[in-house]
Amino acid sequence: MHALRHIRPGDWLTLLSGSVAVVWLTLSLWSGELADKAVIRSGGKIFREVALSRDQKIEVPGPLGMSLILIQHRKVRIASDPSPRQYCVRQGWLEHAGEIALCLPNQVSVELLGSHKRYDSLNY
Amino acid sequence: MTSSTIKLHATAEDHHVARMAAVALGLTLLEAAIPSPLPGVKPGLANIVTLIVLAKYGWRTAAWVSLLRVFAGSLLFGNFLTPGFFLSLSGALLSLLVLSLAQHLPARWFGPVSHSIYAAFAHIAGQMAVVYLWLIPHAGIAYLIPIFATAALVFGTVNGLIAARFMDNVKTK
Repeated sequence: MHALRHIRPGDWLTLLSGSVAVVWLTLSLWSGELADKAVIRSGGKIFREVALSRDQKIEVPGPLGMSLILIQHRKVRIASDPSPRQYCVRQGWLEHAGEIALCLPNQVSVELLGSHKRYDSLNY
Repeated sequence: MTSSTIKLHATAEDHHVARMAAVALGLTLLEAAIPSPLPGVKPGLANIVTLIVLAKYGWRTAAWVSLLRVFAGSLLFGNFLTPGFFLSLSGALLSLLVLSLAQHLPARWFGPVSHSIYAAFAHIAGQMAVVYLWLIPHAGIAYLIPIFATAALVFGTVNGLIAARFMDNVKTK
């Protein structure tokens, strides 16, 4: 145990926290929760599927008018919508696979998909 | 017209920095010969020199040695100003930043092993930042982070131990 002599007490702490960080990173990054693409639906039909890698604005027509969907830094939100209660707009940014924003009266929705589908409150 | 000669006055410290940077360069070259399963997973042997210089001569000298190594190394490999160069530069800069903080940890408790591990993590963090913000803005690279982090922990520990061992030898002689 010649080499261990050089490890001071605090170094063990560093090693331990480093190992914890590695395990945490592995568990959180390899669990398939990262979203890769957004599926935009209008009137129940798929309007477009877009990758999250490029920032862009997408206008989606619905029965009430245009909904504006914003993709920025791998996150998606509905920026504006003609629906009266604005639930989907106030939902804010979506970033994890399985998250979904619905604008009901305008029949527009955005769903994030990752490498596999996670359980959510709608399917289990 | 007399020929003009530019004279650079190099102090003893300059020579010392140059010598250390040359040793670091040698280790970088040596390391380039080691095959790696994944580009970017490297032991980072040159950091052993940085760690020893940091402990013996302070952060300023360590920064000189580390950055000279990055620049001269890129000239040797012919990748100056290519993405590979910016990857090593960002890694080196963030490591130095973290080392500037880590060196103030109480020496009784934290030695080169801690410094090395922190610097190794900073190194991959700097590289991943450049990769993500500039080269591959895709979430897919997140899948590689656990591999790089594991490599950083293992090689950081090993390099720290080697550096500590070297400093021990110098002291006892």
